[in-house]
Amino acid sequence: MKIDKRERDGVTILDVEGKITIGKGDIALREAVHKALDEGARKLVIRLADVSTIDSSGVGELVSAFTTVTNRGGKLKLLNLPPKVNDILQITQLITVFEVYDNENEALASF
Amino acid sequence: MDPITERQLYLTIGSRFENIELVQMAVDEILREQGAAEEIRHWIGLALREAVANAIKHGNRQDPERPVEVELEAVADRVEIRVADRGEGFDPEAVPDPLAPENRFRSDGRGIFYMRKFMDDVHYSFRPDGGTIVTMRRRLAESDGDEAAG
Repeated sequence: MKIDKRERDGVTILDVEGKITIGKGDIALREAVHKALDEGARKLVIRLADVSTIDSSGVGELVSAFTTVTNRGGKLKLLNLPPKVNDILQITQLITVFEVYDNENEALASF
Repeated sequence: MDPITERQLYLTIGSRFENIELVQMAVDEILREQGAAEEIRHWIGLALREAVANAIKHGNRQDPERPVEVELEAVADRVEIRVADRGEGFDPEAVPDPLAPENRFRSDGRGIFYMRKFMDDVHYSFRPDGGTIVTMRRRLAESDGDEAAG
């Protein structure tokens, strides 16, 4: 599991690669979101294109990230959901909670 | 190649999250040899991950000395997986509904819901001397009208 952080047009983008699963990937995601917030980021995009597996802990971490960013006055959007990640969020009706984009420019323009 | 008609697997792991990977790899290999498609193996793998994670976290309280036992039986196009812990047990009916509006933003409580979605049947039983056994079954063949997540 790997997370790269980059900035575009004042938006912090977290490129997540690998598994967001219990014990490792979920913790890494939590730390990356908190670090970005602590560094002042309030416009965040999590890009999930290269995520192979997400389990309930990973889903929980996405939900936590959403509430944490919102509570600190920011906005969090999701980008490039792989079909299986999309299915996972659909099943628990979380897809309506998140703003989801397929195109990075559109995601950036939405802030 | 015709699928092997019957396979069995018995694994015992210590209660560490990193061992989930080992269990999933072993189970996935057997399902692949049984001829299960990648899509179905993915959803069974996720259900397995949830079951083993629950056994480690909620059952054995992450005590690495307490074992999690995984048994698999694959016969023809059906698989049955049992995951047993040494915990105190729980009431599956008392687990809150993750779809209820008041639970929507919870960071936990979706694992069993996913297991039931990804498998055809999920059943809990409890050993008299302590410990939970979750038994999950699923057909390995895809049928018309199968949803992505089964």
